[in-house]
Amino acid sequence: MLNQKKFIVSHAPFWHDGGTVTARSYNMIAAVLPAMLFGFISYGMPAVGVVSLSTSSAIVWELLFNKISKRTVSIGDGNAAVIGILFGMLLPATSPWWLVITGTFVSVVIGKQIFGGIGGNPFNPVLIGLAILMVSWKDFFDFNEALVNYDLGFAMAYPLASLKHFGVSAISDFSAADLLMGQQSGGIGATFGLGLIIGGIYLIIRGFIRWEISVSFLAGIVVTALFFNISDPARYAGPVFHLLTGYTLIGAFFLATEDSSSPVNFIPMLIYGAGAGIMTVLIRNIGAYFDGVVFAILLMNIANPLLDKIRPKALGKVV
Amino acid sequence: MIKRPFISLAKPRIEYEALDVTLPEPKMIQTPKKVTLLLNEPFEPFGKKNAVVLKKDDSVKTGQKLSLYDGSDAYVISSVTGTISSISSFLGEFGRSYTAIDIDVAEDEEMDEAFKALSVEPTMDIAKAYLSEIPGNPPISLFSNGSASPSIDSIVICGVDSDLLITANQHTLVSDEKALQKGVSILKQLTGIENIIMAAPEHLMQNAGLSGAQVAVVDAGYPATLPRIMMQNVLGKIVPAGKSCEDMGVCFVSAEAVASLGMAFDQGQIPFSKKFNLIKKDGTSVMISARVGTPIHEIFSACDVTVNEKDRIILGGPMTGSSIYSENHPIQPDTHAVMIQDGKTLPLVSDYPCINCGECVRICPAKIAVNMLVRFLEAGQYEQAAEEYDLYSCVECGLCSFVCVSRMPILHYIKLAKYELGRIITAEATNA
Repeated sequence: MLNQKKFIVSHAPFWHDGGTVTARSYNMIAAVLPAMLFGFISYGMPAVGVVSLSTSSAIVWELLFNKISKRTVSIGDGNAAVIGILFGMLLPATSPWWLVITGTFVSVVIGKQIFGGIGGNPFNPVLIGLAILMVSWKDFFDFNEALVNYDLGFAMAYPLASLKHFGVSAISDFSAADLLMGQQSGGIGATFGLGLIIGGIYLIIRGFIRWEISVSFLAGIVVTALFFNISDPARYAGPVFHLLTGYTLIGAFFLATEDSSSPVNFIPMLIYGAGAGIMTVLIRNIGAYFDGVVFAILLMNIANPLLDKIRPKALGKVV
Repeated sequence: MIKRPFISLAKPRIEYEALDVTLPEPKMIQTPKKVTLLLNEPFEPFGKKNAVVLKKDDSVKTGQKLSLYDGSDAYVISSVTGTISSISSFLGEFGRSYTAIDIDVAEDEEMDEAFKALSVEPTMDIAKAYLSEIPGNPPISLFSNGSASPSIDSIVICGVDSDLLITANQHTLVSDEKALQKGVSILKQLTGIENIIMAAPEHLMQNAGLSGAQVAVVDAGYPATLPRIMMQNVLGKIVPAGKSCEDMGVCFVSAEAVASLGMAFDQGQIPFSKKFNLIKKDGTSVMISARVGTPIHEIFSACDVTVNEKDRIILGGPMTGSSIYSENHPIQPDTHAVMIQDGKTLPLVSDYPCINCGECVRICPAKIAVNMLVRFLEAGQYEQAAEEYDLYSCVECGLCSFVCVSRMPILHYIKLAKYELGRIITAEATNA
């Protein structure tokens, strides 16, 4: 009995489908590559600098906080890298270095780690970082001002700002095809609609994001924008314009679908997505900000725990 | 192992193994030198129990009924002829205590005749006294009161297997037609229950029809063969959370158990050969027939399976089985499969938190909000988990752990919670 072989004993099930958090993160990064590379080509080295700094600082913040809080180092799961990359992609290419580092600090440490790390954050960490920066240093997020020295061969006015200031007549220059192909100013990785859609569809097909959220988010935007447009076509832009400008597409596929802060049941996902879409257009059309995606998703994040209480009756549940 | 498909828009469908069309002949394992029988009763030789009637060096015959204590109801049927070499305590899963009886096998086999004389006229008492430990483990005690008992009114015979990769019950359905037929009629006669339903996969409908029971088709996608799911899909009854299928008057018996029952009364001899699948490291499966009590290492060596340190040996299938710590563990009457996994490629669980990806919620056949449930279970708040997040609706299929991106041992948490709550309830009942 003494020289018996020792076996690994564990509880059922003994199979696993092989999915890992790391694989999810890496696929997410792969999916944002088209839009990110397009941003690099458009805005050149400053954009590369911003995204690189954002990614690396997010990882460093996570590592530091892991050490300070004496927990296992979790940078290997790639979640911090995803936060960093997405955060960088939302910024204008001319963002100063301290803005990027402060932003990733807020995202990773305040947005995620103090809630217990991955899976514990009630808000999308990227959006928390961005929202706090947008409120604190408003001027750096004025894309017209930030990108004033760029001339990329198309109208460099930030479409949503033009819409806000001058109404629909000011945006007649933007054709849907141009917007889709990234012929607009904006965040580094947020302008290339086609790339974002390709990345989003890739993630949906692979099952890494929940299609219900993306689809209902876009549907919410289309329907609300359509209503506004019908009511006063001179003041409010059509749904296609709202779909292809600002953070709409990156929000639909990469921000609203963040795991921890979004619901998982079917009906709540639809409400969550649609709610965020409606809020986005409301903020854009009658709110103070040019773009409503950031605050719309954050608002729906708050509603998430409540929404997720709407769930199917479990098998054999009495009452 | 089934991997996550590249395209996973919908939830994956995992199918049960269908029995090969050319009926595989079970590989017979020779009677080993030593067998171990597990008696479902704690071994307390100096306790308050009645006098111990089994001793070391007692000789036993094949088919002899062995009881540890005088007047005790628990027994095992010796599957070999030989002498008892040791009696010891054995600790199973979740703190269950057994008594392990080791028997050194003699060269000449002698049959015990006690059952033969009784088997001419089948009664429930005989079945209860001799046949509850036959291969397949029929739950005879459940309907031992016969027609007088109002609790059970339908019996479902599982011609399907409870887990992936296993084909033992399907094999019985095809190969033991006569015994099964006999078993069904005996079961009707003994219990007085007319509503006997044979649940079988679609491709074995014909064989199931021959058994004389009503026939019902069971879907080939996991977890269609788990009792609670079968209750829903086959019988159209939904088991309320916290109740068992037996509470609803339905009892599940494996096809193998029914065949063993038929065989016992047909031949006047208690069957002792257990049919099961050996699932090798490469995932291939072999049908094996071995005596109950055969140590597992005998089966590995007979089938040329090399067993290394840090491998994982599992009794039962990949989703619901239980892993064991010793190669000397015996084949039991309810062992439907023996599985071995290579230690180098084991998918291990982690202590990573839930990231709320929702895979488990989508795949759960009981529609439990697993993402919330597991948070309560991790924090040890079992009562709240049961009240608010449907702990007792769980059918224990293991799919949540199977798909968990964070590799949390979700099913383990659920089982632990049920066990702990069970303990609290028992303690409250005794202290009340």
